[in-house]
Amino acid sequence: MQGILPYILRRLLWAPLILIAVSFIAFTVARYGPGDPISVAMGQYRDPEALARVRHEKGLDKPLLDQYRIYIWNVLHGDLGESFRFGARPVSEIIFPKMWVSAQLGLVALIITFGVGIPVGILAALKQGSWMDPASISTFLFFQSVPVLVTVPVMLLVFVLKLHWLPTGGWEGIFSKHIVIPALALSLPGVAGVARLMRATTLDVLKEDYVRTARAKGLREFTVVSQHVARNALLPMTTIIGISLVTLLEGAFFTETLLGIPGIGRLAFESVTSRDYDVILGLTLVLASAFIVANIVIDIAYTFIDPRVRYQRSAVI
Amino acid sequence: MAEAEAAAETLDEVTLGARRSPLGLAFRRLLRKRIAVLALAFIAVFYFCGLFAPVVAPRSYTAQDLDNVLQGPSLAHPLGTDRLGRDMLSRVIWASRTTVIVTLATLVTGGLVLSVSLGLLAGYMGGKVDTAIMRVGDVFFALPGLPMLILINATLKPRVVEQAWIKNLEDWLRVDGLPDYILIFGALSLFAWVGGARIIRSQILALRETEYVVAARAMGASAWRVIFRHLLPNVSNIIIVGLSASLGAIAGTEIALTWFGVGIQPPTPSFGAMLYDGGSIRTLQANPHLLLVPGAVVATLIFAFNLLGDALTDVLTPRAR
Repeated sequence: MQGILPYILRRLLWAPLILIAVSFIAFTVARYGPGDPISVAMGQYRDPEALARVRHEKGLDKPLLDQYRIYIWNVLHGDLGESFRFGARPVSEIIFPKMWVSAQLGLVALIITFGVGIPVGILAALKQGSWMDPASISTFLFFQSVPVLVTVPVMLLVFVLKLHWLPTGGWEGIFSKHIVIPALALSLPGVAGVARLMRATTLDVLKEDYVRTARAKGLREFTVVSQHVARNALLPMTTIIGISLVTLLEGAFFTETLLGIPGIGRLAFESVTSRDYDVILGLTLVLASAFIVANIVIDIAYTFIDPRVRYQRSAVI
Repeated sequence: MAEAEAAAETLDEVTLGARRSPLGLAFRRLLRKRIAVLALAFIAVFYFCGLFAPVVAPRSYTAQDLDNVLQGPSLAHPLGTDRLGRDMLSRVIWASRTTVIVTLATLVTGGLVLSVSLGLLAGYMGGKVDTAIMRVGDVFFALPGLPMLILINATLKPRVVEQAWIKNLEDWLRVDGLPDYILIFGALSLFAWVGGARIIRSQILALRETEYVVAARAMGASAWRVIFRHLLPNVSNIIIVGLSASLGAIAGTEIALTWFGVGIQPPTPSFGAMLYDGGSIRTLQANPHLLLVPGAVVATLIFAFNLLGDALTDVLTPRAR
């Protein structure tokens, strides 16, 4: 196990540095935009004197670097600033409940993605050379190609208005029928990626000696596949959970906005359109930290699951 | 059956190989795949329509026919008309022009220039240059892509529109809405290069130690010569595979940004705006063609990109074949 500890340490030391760079970029872009937060908040009733006074109170007349320093200082003390749109409510109070909604939805979608993708990938690998292999992968590749912007309205039309099977948008928790459409819309595009990787790793494992041995000693094909092939082919799948999370977040933007789900995607959409700067910044920081931590956890977990993996200096994120 | 084909292929390559470049061989292999040919044909038609939209489109994208609004498909309007009586076929063709411009521009700036040059540089130079490039890449990789793209497009647009030289360039190139295009492909390139650069760098790291590179350097070849004559040809397959895989995502992101209202601005047509207009459930119920026509074109295009990317991976990366 030599080499694991320095590797983990290096990863953990880089994480805060990357976060600082990320936050600085996001901060600069947000402040560089037209109309600073105060004039946006005041809307059309702007009185130059009041504007200058509030700007001074909030420290927005200071140089950019000073503003950034103050912002980071506050963030480190758990203060992500205030939302202008939600009547000066603290940003953390707004973000975290919405993150919880998105996390639930994302978890359901992730389970569907992997639950469908893994069996499809194994089947495609077992049927390599027959028409079923390209057909199954292509089917899900097609689902990956249709934009969520099209699937969601079409699903609404078919399942809600024509067939009356499901309720329209909104959020009632993960055990209500409301989750079916967003979960499908979020998970279907990711299936192809999972299935393809699963197919590739299964094909690799099928060539292994131990699979031949398992067959040679007369095990049933089902046992060979489920006990010897699938379990070994599953290992590399942990690495694409990180990528799946990114796909999920991007899908959440549209799905949540289209279906009126009070999650983080919709919040980001509304905050950007109404220039609610502190919410945007807070979201960027929280999401970036979540990705960095998730990727580190996945990588470290992977080195424990599969000790053959080497730790490269280059792989920081 | 498949094996026989493969054997025939290899035989072909052996007998004809002497006169063919590796890329030419790969292209021939690609043309043997029916799905890839179909995908390639659709992409070719799409890019042709996009590039020559002024000639191909039967009408202007702004021409309104207020007597015939929200018509379904007919002889005069094969794909129907929208809310303002504009011909949907023409709008789809003009919208494909937007996709063509954005994908090509991003491909060149983000895909080729940034990712290839930075990946080569990091891999070849190593040391501090490598660290600097890769750490910057880590930062961009950690930034949540879509929110940042939306933020950049929303906040920087007024600054870009102000620039006089961009205005002049717009007049000179006669491309309406040039600032929109510049922002979109600029921002996209900024985020698109990291993945490709990482892969190219890791390949270069391995290639740098091969005998022929060491030999070339021992003979006194300059860094440029080593990079362009020895390293670049060996990573060109990976570059092509990577670029083809990213095209669908680039097209999709432009559509997403425009859908959010921070991308291409009307009246310049874009699939994002069309999907937004047709996307409400009442509209879909009453006039399904408003969503389904652009939706089908976009889905087919991205599907074609994905299929082509798969086929190229098969053809160009021999290990996976």
